[in-house]
Amino acid sequence: MTPLLSVKNVTKTFPAGRGKNGKKARVHAVNNISFDIYPGETFSVVGESGCGKSTTGRLVDHLLVPDSGEIWFDGCDISKLSDKEMRPIRKDIQMIFQDPNGSLNPRMRVEDLVAEPLLIHTDMSPAERMKVAHELLQVVGLGAKHAHRFPHEFSGGQRQRIGIARALTVRPKLIIADEPVSSLDVSIQAQVLNLMQQLQRDYELTYMFISHDLSVVEMISDRIAVMYLGSIVELADKKELYAHPRHPYTKALLSAVPIPDPTVQKDHALLEGDIPSTIDLPVGCPFQTRCPRCQADCKLKPIEPVDVGGGHMVACLHMEE
Amino acid sequence: MSEKEILLDVRDLCTVFQVGKRKTVTAVNGISFQVGAGEILGLVGESGCGKSVTSLSVMQLLKNTSGRVVSGQILLKGKDLLHCTEKEMRAVRGKEISMIFQEPMSSLNPSMRIEAQMVEAIRLHTDMDKKAARDHALTMMRKVGIANPETTIRSYPHQLSGGMSQRVMIAMAMSCDPTVLIADEPTTALDVTIQAQILQLMRQIRDNNNTGILLITHDLGVVAEMCSRVIVMYAGRIVEEAPVQELFAAPKHPYTQGLIASVPKLGSGVTSLPSIPGSVPDLSMMPAGCKFAPRCSKACDRCHQTEPPLYRLKDGRQSRCWLAESEAVQPAEEKEEQIG
Amino acid sequence: MSENNNSVNSASSAYMDDPVLQNRSRAREFFKKFCQRKTAVVAGCFIILLIVLAIIGPSIAPYDPDVYDYSNMRAAPSLQHLMGTDEFGRDVFSRLLAGTRLSLGSALAAVLVGAALGTILGILAGYYGGILESLVMRGSDVLFAMPDILLCIAIVAIIGPGLINVIIAVTVFTIPSFARVMRSATLTVRGSLHVEVARSLGCPDSRILWKHIFPGTVQAMIVNFTMRIGSAILAASSLSFLGFGADVGAPEWGAMLSSGRNFIGVADHLILFPGLLIFLTVLAFNLFGDGLRDTLDPKIK
Repeated sequence: MTPLLSVKNVTKTFPAGRGKNGKKARVHAVNNISFDIYPGETFSVVGESGCGKSTTGRLVDHLLVPDSGEIWFDGCDISKLSDKEMRPIRKDIQMIFQDPNGSLNPRMRVEDLVAEPLLIHTDMSPAERMKVAHELLQVVGLGAKHAHRFPHEFSGGQRQRIGIARALTVRPKLIIADEPVSSLDVSIQAQVLNLMQQLQRDYELTYMFISHDLSVVEMISDRIAVMYLGSIVELADKKELYAHPRHPYTKALLSAVPIPDPTVQKDHALLEGDIPSTIDLPVGCPFQTRCPRCQADCKLKPIEPVDVGGGHMVACLHMEE
Repeated sequence: MSEKEILLDVRDLCTVFQVGKRKTVTAVNGISFQVGAGEILGLVGESGCGKSVTSLSVMQLLKNTSGRVVSGQILLKGKDLLHCTEKEMRAVRGKEISMIFQEPMSSLNPSMRIEAQMVEAIRLHTDMDKKAARDHALTMMRKVGIANPETTIRSYPHQLSGGMSQRVMIAMAMSCDPTVLIADEPTTALDVTIQAQILQLMRQIRDNNNTGILLITHDLGVVAEMCSRVIVMYAGRIVEEAPVQELFAAPKHPYTQGLIASVPKLGSGVTSLPSIPGSVPDLSMMPAGCKFAPRCSKACDRCHQTEPPLYRLKDGRQSRCWLAESEAVQPAEEKEEQIG
Repeated sequence: MSENNNSVNSASSAYMDDPVLQNRSRAREFFKKFCQRKTAVVAGCFIILLIVLAIIGPSIAPYDPDVYDYSNMRAAPSLQHLMGTDEFGRDVFSRLLAGTRLSLGSALAAVLVGAALGTILGILAGYYGGILESLVMRGSDVLFAMPDILLCIAIVAIIGPGLINVIIAVTVFTIPSFARVMRSATLTVRGSLHVEVARSLGCPDSRILWKHIFPGTVQAMIVNFTMRIGSAILAASSLSFLGFGADVGAPEWGAMLSSGRNFIGVADHLILFPGLLIFLTVLAFNLFGDGLRDTLDPKIK
């Protein structure tokens, strides 16, 4: 199967004022990452804050342009396109954001918000647009009777559903969901996740799901990439990753998640050491400062990910067996 | 629980917020709980359920908001904090009861070095001189696992990571050896690997100092790992109280049941979750009857008309649901008289 | 799609009946909050009165403002002439009524044009940045470096006196203030998430600017607008007072003040009433603007 999205050796840095030695410093947000997303799957990117997962999402959505590398979407390298050339392709890539509050223009009515992608990408008449918008509000469980309200009149979960409805109007091929449930309460979180899965089946959607919550990711994903300090350290099928994590960081991450079951006694493998600054990344493995298995050769050159079987990629020289 | 010394005893606390000239909303409605020595009591609920208001009420930190405590008692080792003057409260805060907040970064003054802030906090409650207070600060920082306190104490808050600032906050909160620590979502802003460290640290503090900890969180995973007893709040009320094992094994209240079911469990391999329909009611338009009834799958006519009392069940459990009526040892409302 | 719809609908019916928060009308909420600021409300009433007078003033004036009455020169305020008469016997009250249209109108026109130009420049500068931003902002800095009234005098000195030229002069010194305010407002809104969303949806720049950024800056613009009217009235009156503006004979407030100043000590009411009116009008616009600002955005003070 040909991938819908192919990210090849993408690197992105941001200027960060001047470093200690007076030279212009740069934040290394994303470092030489590669992955493919296949049609119909849910591909998740997990990692802690500052690991570059949101930057990755914005690179794929062309809100940021990579310093180097290629991003192939549907047979076309979008990384070199100008904003204007990108515009028609945006119909096929839609994004759902973490903060349902800020992502909806507070001065627009819900129906106009939901219909906006149609206005930009199709030549439908206003009446047709409203019809589609109302239908989709219905689909996400809001009902057309709320369509003329403003976003501030809705709760967080309802706003996130508005965001989802808007992403769906143009029938995109890929939906990038950047922490779509992180700001929601647990009971609402489950509603939104269930809705997203339901829609994936009904509309044959492909998701790129960005999250820090390993439990949520486990529920919704097919394949998962674990990021640490701008690099993908491990990439595998969901079952494989949770059952046999090979990278020490993945292992530590999994063991740190509190389990909502007091009968499970866990011994947390607590990480020691400091997280290096993304301005002066260490040479070699990014995890070397906190890794319990770190050896001298980890600090020499960048670690290339290797396939340990079945598409399970691990970037570690001394991985767990 | 009964053999332990009760440190903090909150009885029938009500806190209201002024929203208009004459309009008020009740954010916390008749909450009672006890925190014993060496115990971690969990206070769980979703946003807007009144769990943070409860902690601010206990600390008497509502002065600069439109909220005020209208009734109830807050007994800290037998002394009612509600009858304390602001000056007396200042002596209590930090010394006998401390609080750590969700945002460690914004809880520290960005324009002061850690040193100045910690020394100031320590000298408020002790008669140490500057040198002694600084040494004490360094000891505390070492105790909370800060590797090189000599450099850390010279830094400004923005130079520290989130986990490090939360450690500093805990060191500061623990510096006068308070008997009760209130932790309001202490790890919500932190990454999981850092969260695990901070939770570990809080357990150590409990073991070493026999501190009573009130842990406020929305994360059932944290509750399951940390707490011995749990109170579940919904819409400003306690809907259920139980020892942690029993709560997760057999939740009594439909809200607790829904809440526990809707949390994805790591390693369980499920791909879909049961969810609670609807959303939390707005404080200004509460339904009549049981506040959870509109979202409850087991609700009957009675639930929509009359609000159930908080029934007292066996094993020190409580549940605010008509379904628990048959198991009730006695209505919880009578508890007051029993204690008094 | 149709069969999908059915299944989806049944699945989502669980949260179909979510109560949506009550319909809070922003306008009503704003009005309620604004009404709590008593001074601003009083100022607002005064401004409304002024506007009404500007419209119907000449028709309710008891005397023709331009008719000379040599038998009744510099008469003190009396029942016949509420505010007395000037050196040519014209009724001061009627002249002030007639002048409302002139003074308020010229200030309003100047600020309107200035606001439009300044807003466009400011939004474009804020959104696109780069050379355009540098040009606009440095230009504003240069104009800002000069005192308002000196700048006006300089402009009028170049293009000549007259009411239209006064309006042009006031417009020129209004532009930079709007450019600055609107640029910073644009920068704030541009950084907000919903603008990034608009970009990710593929909105063309024109739509982002007009639909997503401009509405977010309107508050700042309205507040600045009311504040600038006060200073525009002051500047226009000052220019007329100095003889650069309206005809000496026109019932413009500044011009009336100017001709009245020859009679200080002889007929104080000739400067008292126009002066008082200018003072009250400027004060009202400033207080009204303060009230608006505090209600719309309590954060900026």
